[in-house]
Amino acid sequence: MRDRTLWTWHIFAGVVILVFLGLHMTIMHLNGSFPTFNNPFGGEAESWQNVAARAKSLFFTVTYVVMLGAALYHGLYGLRNILLELGPGAGLRRTIDVGFSLLGLGLFAFGAWVAVAVPGVVSRMGG
Amino acid sequence: MADATLKQVVFHLRRYEPGKDRTPRWEQHRIEVTTGMTVLDGLWKVKELYAPTLAWRSSCRMGICGSCGMLINGRPRLACNTQIAELKSDVVAVGPLPNFGIIKDLVPDLQPMFATHRDLMPYLVREDVKEQEEPTGEYWQTPHELEQYLQFSYCIKCGCCMAACPTVATDALYAGPMPLAQAHRYNVDTRDGGFVKRREMLSGGSGPWRCHFAGECSQVCPKGVDPAKAIQLMKQELVFDLLKLRRRRPAAAVAATPCGKRREDIPAAPARTAKP
Repeated sequence: MRDRTLWTWHIFAGVVILVFLGLHMTIMHLNGSFPTFNNPFGGEAESWQNVAARAKSLFFTVTYVVMLGAALYHGLYGLRNILLELGPGAGLRRTIDVGFSLLGLGLFAFGAWVAVAVPGVVSRMGG
Repeated sequence: MADATLKQVVFHLRRYEPGKDRTPRWEQHRIEVTTGMTVLDGLWKVKELYAPTLAWRSSCRMGICGSCGMLINGRPRLACNTQIAELKSDVVAVGPLPNFGIIKDLVPDLQPMFATHRDLMPYLVREDVKEQEEPTGEYWQTPHELEQYLQFSYCIKCGCCMAACPTVATDALYAGPMPLAQAHRYNVDTRDGGFVKRREMLSGGSGPWRCHFAGECSQVCPKGVDPAKAIQLMKQELVFDLLKLRRRRPAAAVAATPCGKRREDIPAAPARTAKP
């Protein structure tokens, strides 16, 4: 894929991270701001009831997966660029591209599976 | 009357002759500095008095040709455009521009830079080749359209920006600030229609995507050009093009000649004295 496309995705991923990190900071550190949305049981955002409620929410499952994808892509693309600037040969460049793609896809699949599986786990734990 | 001597300075000169020297070495020569003396003048004096084989590249002596780019006290500058007094130091360390090969002493090998520059088609690309070869009129441009590329057209291709760029220092495939800024200069010229052709090279790994926006290229440019800005604007153009958001425009057409009548209050041009 051309670097222009990769870089454009990199920027979009950065915007996604900015939005979702903002959301994370709001939820975790501004408890009183949106009580019915992020903190339905009141008290601390990290309390079991609130964590379980968020884990079972489809909205949060989707945001976890989107955030995971954006963060993985943004970070791995940046790391790839750092490695490419060390001047590897064409073969090694190809290896880096393929290796990072597989690593990213693998981590994304694992992380997405966790995000999707958590609601069931929480339900079984009585959350 | 002889110029007044201001002080003495020591020139530290990086000497290297490929094929003869294994590694570069430093030479020191003390000279007297006079009012208004440039580093280039100092080099001539050193060559005259102490080092007749010292090699560098220079031509116009007035900051126009871009030949005498050198690393002077750790910063890429034009030797002809840098007065020794403004360095505020008793030591003038002069080496060849970094990020280039060395032909000899202070002469960098600029060939790779110019090869990349040429690949990016730094000229007006148009469909009407015949009109370009045998022009029948002018391509008109508004002042606003001119301003989009004017500052980038002041580039003299001295290579100082390439020498200051941290990405060029580490990434051999990166095109570098000068060729990229010049590609942008023509991409935004309304007379040009070569964006699609340049896009092929610019979209790849050697294009502007490697730029970290360190901004050193703009800091050191002796002509006040802002290559870093050109590269960021180029990224924007290319991304907008990818997203189909770039406004496409045809290259400016030849302006119609004004109705063939000549105002009577304008005197006729003098007759040609030389045959074309």
